[in-house]
Amino acid sequence: MAARQLQKSFVGEGLACRRGERRVFRNVAFSLTPGDALVLGGPNGSGKTSLLRLMAGLAHPEEGRIVWDGAAIADDPAVHRTRTHYVGHQDAVKLALTAEENLVFWAKMRGGGDAAAALRRFRLDPRATWPARYLSAGERKRLGLARLLASPATLWLLDEPTTSLDTESIAILLAAIAEHRRDGGCIAVATHAPLNLPEARALSLAEYTTWRQA
Amino acid sequence: MSGFAALLTRDLRLAFRQGGDVANVVAFFALAVMLFPFGVGPDPDLLARIAAGVLWVTALLAALLSLERLFEADYHDGSLETLALMPVPLEIQVLAKCAAHWLTTGLPLTVIAPLLALVLHIDAAGYPALIAALLLGTPVLSLIGAVGAALTLGARRAGVLLSLLVLPLYIPVLIFGVAASEAAALGLESRPHLLLLAALLAGSLALAPWAAAAALRQALE
Repeated sequence: MAARQLQKSFVGEGLACRRGERRVFRNVAFSLTPGDALVLGGPNGSGKTSLLRLMAGLAHPEEGRIVWDGAAIADDPAVHRTRTHYVGHQDAVKLALTAEENLVFWAKMRGGGDAAAALRRFRLDPRATWPARYLSAGERKRLGLARLLASPATLWLLDEPTTSLDTESIAILLAAIAEHRRDGGCIAVATHAPLNLPEARALSLAEYTTWRQA
Repeated sequence: MSGFAALLTRDLRLAFRQGGDVANVVAFFALAVMLFPFGVGPDPDLLARIAAGVLWVTALLAALLSLERLFEADYHDGSLETLALMPVPLEIQVLAKCAAHWLTTGLPLTVIAPLLALVLHIDAAGYPALIAALLLGTPVLSLIGAVGAALTLGARRAGVLLSLLVLPLYIPVLIFGVAASEAAALGLESRPHLLLLAALLAGSLALAPWAAAAALRQALE
């Protein structure tokens, strides 16, 4: 576990990202220390999801590098995957499986964890044995977010996590995030909704957008 | 290893819950084979002569039918990008998905092939070679198919593109699969052909997961 924890910092320097022909942003930098939260802002298309995907290692920056405690994440993607949770705007929920089966599967893929506790935490335990196709959009979102608690990871990358969540579920999510930060984890979240994250760093990608100028 | 088992179980569970998929492939295989006696006439000698070729070509097309869905559902609901970020290497995951694909297409096809061979008047001596060849050859279809399915992921009209890409690569399996059955029917040794099929299986087991995983990463970037 020790190696997975963030000791000093998770930083990105001089990052540029291209989607097809279009350069989305350039010269973006971020820095996270244990317990930090980074809130990505900016209008639609400014590259919030692209930056999260770079942080996850799903895509590679055109320029610049991303470094975890002094080692570039591109050098050892396997280790980076063990310490990262990425919850995209799609829920990765299989409709033919029950809520519990969905979550147990994702926990097993990460080497095990406590899916039942994660379901309880997100108030999904009454729905545990329902096929996911009968869950509402908000409940599916919660099921996607429950992956964060079903197995441990230091870095949480969340893309619009509050979409279709009710106020009570947002409170549960914020409590889970606060707990995670207290334990030395860090998060990066792309969101339009104002989130009550104490002492969060803000990064507005609007300033780095290059594509409008062309 | 637990990741491999978890993904295999999930894919099998999905296949059985959604039911239709396995039944469709088997029904397509059976119907297409049974069209041949209508098409070329009921002459037992002629049917026996073309039987192995008919069974193999039809099995190939039946396997192809189900390939398009191999990664597509996972791609569209966000599961694939989540899978790509799991600690389990993507290559192992591709292998698990191929195993699930084979268990839900190649294996059922192998099981009903002897029944259809009956319709086509294959000589009783040819059965063991036919089944052995199918057991060795159908996993190769899943493995090579996975590379094609990964490469065409997200493309428009992916199904047609997939056939154009994958069918030429199936030719060696077709040649040695049919040759094994024909050798047995003529009373010759079918072992060399089966060994060549086994070599194809070993080769694709080693190479296909790498190629498919690389293509999937490309599709996700």
